[in-house]
Amino acid sequence: MTTEIKPQVDVRLPVEYTDARVNANIPAGPIEQKWSKHKFEMKLVNPSNRRKYTVIVVGTGLAGGAAAATMAEMGYSVKAFCYQDSARRAHSIAAQGGINGAKNYRNDGDSVYRLFYDTIKGGDFRAREANVYRLAELSVNIIDQCVAQGVPFAREYSGYLDNRSFGGAQVSRTFYARGQTGQQLMLGAYQALSRQVAAGNVDLNERTEMLDVIVIDGRARGIVTRDMVTGKIESHLADAVVLATGGYSNVFYLSTNAKGCNVTATWRAHKRGAFFANPCYTQIHPTCIPVSGDHQSKLTLMSESLRNDGRVWVPLKAGDPRSPDKIPEDERDYYLERRYPSYGNLAPRDISSRAAKIVCDEGRGVGPGGLGVYLDFTAAIKRLGESTVRERYGNLFDMYERITGENPYKGPMRIYPAVHYTMGGLWVDYNLMSTIPGLFVGGEANFSDHGANRLGASALMQGLADGYFVLPATISNYLAQGGLEKVDTTHSAVQEAVQSVTALTQKFLDIKGTRTVDSFHRELGKIMWEYCGMSRTDEGLRYALQRIPELRQQFWTDLRVLGSGDDLNQELEKAGRVADFIELGELMCLDALERAESCGGHFREESQTPDGEALRNDDDYCYVAAWEHTGEPSKAVLHRETLHFENIHLAQRSYK
Amino acid sequence: MKITVNVWRQKNASSKGRLEKYQVDHVSPDMSFLEMLDTLNQQLMAKGEVPIAFDHDCREGICGSCGVVINGLAHGGQLATTTCQLHMRKFKDGDNITVEPWRANAFPVIKDLMVDRGSFDRIIQAGGFISAHTGSAPDANGTPIPKENADLAFEGAQCIGCGACVAACPNASAMLFTSAKVGHLGLLPQGQPERQQRVLKMVAQMDTEGFGGCTNIGECTAACPKEIGLHFISRLNRDLLGATLRGGSTVD
Repeated sequence: MTTEIKPQVDVRLPVEYTDARVNANIPAGPIEQKWSKHKFEMKLVNPSNRRKYTVIVVGTGLAGGAAAATMAEMGYSVKAFCYQDSARRAHSIAAQGGINGAKNYRNDGDSVYRLFYDTIKGGDFRAREANVYRLAELSVNIIDQCVAQGVPFAREYSGYLDNRSFGGAQVSRTFYARGQTGQQLMLGAYQALSRQVAAGNVDLNERTEMLDVIVIDGRARGIVTRDMVTGKIESHLADAVVLATGGYSNVFYLSTNAKGCNVTATWRAHKRGAFFANPCYTQIHPTCIPVSGDHQSKLTLMSESLRNDGRVWVPLKAGDPRSPDKIPEDERDYYLERRYPSYGNLAPRDISSRAAKIVCDEGRGVGPGGLGVYLDFTAAIKRLGESTVRERYGNLFDMYERITGENPYKGPMRIYPAVHYTMGGLWVDYNLMSTIPGLFVGGEANFSDHGANRLGASALMQGLADGYFVLPATISNYLAQGGLEKVDTTHSAVQEAVQSVTALTQKFLDIKGTRTVDSFHRELGKIMWEYCGMSRTDEGLRYALQRIPELRQQFWTDLRVLGSGDDLNQELEKAGRVADFIELGELMCLDALERAESCGGHFREESQTPDGEALRNDDDYCYVAAWEHTGEPSKAVLHRETLHFENIHLAQRSYK
Repeated sequence: MKITVNVWRQKNASSKGRLEKYQVDHVSPDMSFLEMLDTLNQQLMAKGEVPIAFDHDCREGICGSCGVVINGLAHGGQLATTTCQLHMRKFKDGDNITVEPWRANAFPVIKDLMVDRGSFDRIIQAGGFISAHTGSAPDANGTPIPKENADLAFEGAQCIGCGACVAACPNASAMLFTSAKVGHLGLLPQGQPERQQRVLKMVAQMDTEGFGGCTNIGECTAACPKEIGLHFISRLNRDLLGATLRGGSTVD
């Protein structure tokens, strides 16, 4: 490996480094009062005037679907877009385990403050306190709202709602609907959206991909889309634009995301001036089904809830060839229980994933290639009976059997970590507005609430908090401030955006090289997994920063996309997405290199404690890294937003 | 494994389609059915042929995007399994497999194996919701719901909207889909105020879309990847009768 590439970092950082471009606009006052005070101080739009404003919402998952439905209920004219054939299929649908709500229905000491505390700690002190407190506060309203919509959460025989516990928490605050919580919440939002479509308040555009943001006089005023069936490229204008387009795990090619999940909407917004924050913060989920071969197109997650009753272990001896039932208790290493006695198998995701990598690196991994650990339900089945285990996890067990052909009631499952979620995303202020005024970002697409690691059952919570409660309030405030000139499609900025999308679409078809889109995507994924995955080094990241531009060069000279741009062309859709992933991959590596500390999901081998835990460097890195695009990913300019911890003291995270 | 597939190829909604035969080499038993199609597509593109278009997304059986008729059976006939979760170990070396899109007037083919299921969305828009304006909700534990009802409601709510029920039905009826939503919401106390109107409107929309009538054949439930039971159809019929007799009023 050569080490030619220079990162764009200052040698020494001052203690306070927030620059004006990344002012978080956090309201003054005690943390408990910030949101309610801000809500009162924000400007309102008169109900009879709301119809005059158009709001574009891109993405119809939990954040987008909820925001579109709620703003339509309020009276705004909403235009919603999704790439799927139906709004109901957004990838929020695949979330399994549950949603946190600080209801304290268990009387086990939970509170808004505790959920706030757990989330800040779980995020390894790299999230903004004010946003996280608001999230915890809204968590209770979300549960109420969803139940009112008819979301069938699990209940006890009393008729009251059931709860379970999740990684990184010592209380039971997770509401769930078997292993399909995301699906049920998603359908709740979809049904609310459908009601507004029928009422004529939402113009819903399915199979439509957003390919650019239109910026006029420094404000987001619309988007450019491509109709995925007819190939038609069009502009849509509005007074505000919301991106709720999910995360970018598919930069790794293999991830637990849906095949269509992509970074294109946020990346193109980034290229138009929205800063990208903490791109290197990715979450590797510990409980996924291991890779079975080169044909693998995606990875499947097994809900973290399985760790409530399943025990994780590997053989004590490296290279033990025996089948799991032949290995006696005293020759097994229940390594999570051993290393983290108080949290055990429910240690947070980043910690559990890394622990699995360590035992596999020691040669103690199980299954083909040694890339797997056991998740064993023998004790749970003995204690609870097979029928209770079936009741709790039946659909997950069935899914495991369908994919692997092995029966998990008979022997332990094999699991291995896989990329699952991206904490990074477009930088937003307290109002969820990006650095382009009028461009708001919600859900996984923004960076705001999870710091360097997301706790289980909090993605659904964040998506719905943003969609149902935060965005409708802050967008009203933005619109009420006025100053939005009328614009139409003849505006030069609109024409320019449409032309650039049209030209780019044609460019993919004109390369006429030899390699398929997937071959580039797989190659990018391997680089990212190897050098910007579960653990990262200065040397490896510098190597990746050399490899990725080479790959990009090959992509633009040797890609082959068949067919035309004038009709349905799935390869053409993928080409645009992979082009963006390649650029994003470079920025991720740059960000990971610049952050020479370990925190949460970002583990730099150079920065660890003597017993191998992530070692933060709060003196130098207690900030959000917000990157500004200046033409090339390698020339991105870093802006820093200092994080202030006024309520929770910075401490080394411990789950021992 | 080596597999021969006969795949429906159709350029767009207005052109005529036909079955094309392809040989797929190097099929691993661990591949999903869609990964086999991916492999075939890579093979086609290497020869300069346009790949086969098919809908898919989550590939873990929950989004409802995928779905093709395999050897005459929606999703391939494995119990409680979507096409993306069907694995090649269910087939034998040398097998000949026919792959077609869903066939129904209300699901027009867009290209190759892709169909337009917008009719399902319009059925939901007609009334498949509870009108709970954001912000108006009482405490979630304010109304206890008997676990039995909640569990049954969940059973219906599991529908992924894939359309296999329609594809499997000789009448191309959407009764299982519609009844799953009517049942889910009608079993909950929150769903009562709109119960009568909901069933009337959803059934009317179902008819408008051109779905066929239900003649209790039961192919739908056999093909349903979420195993939604026929009892939801009985429940819908009961609600529909009641609502019709009351003229859609909730007042007795």
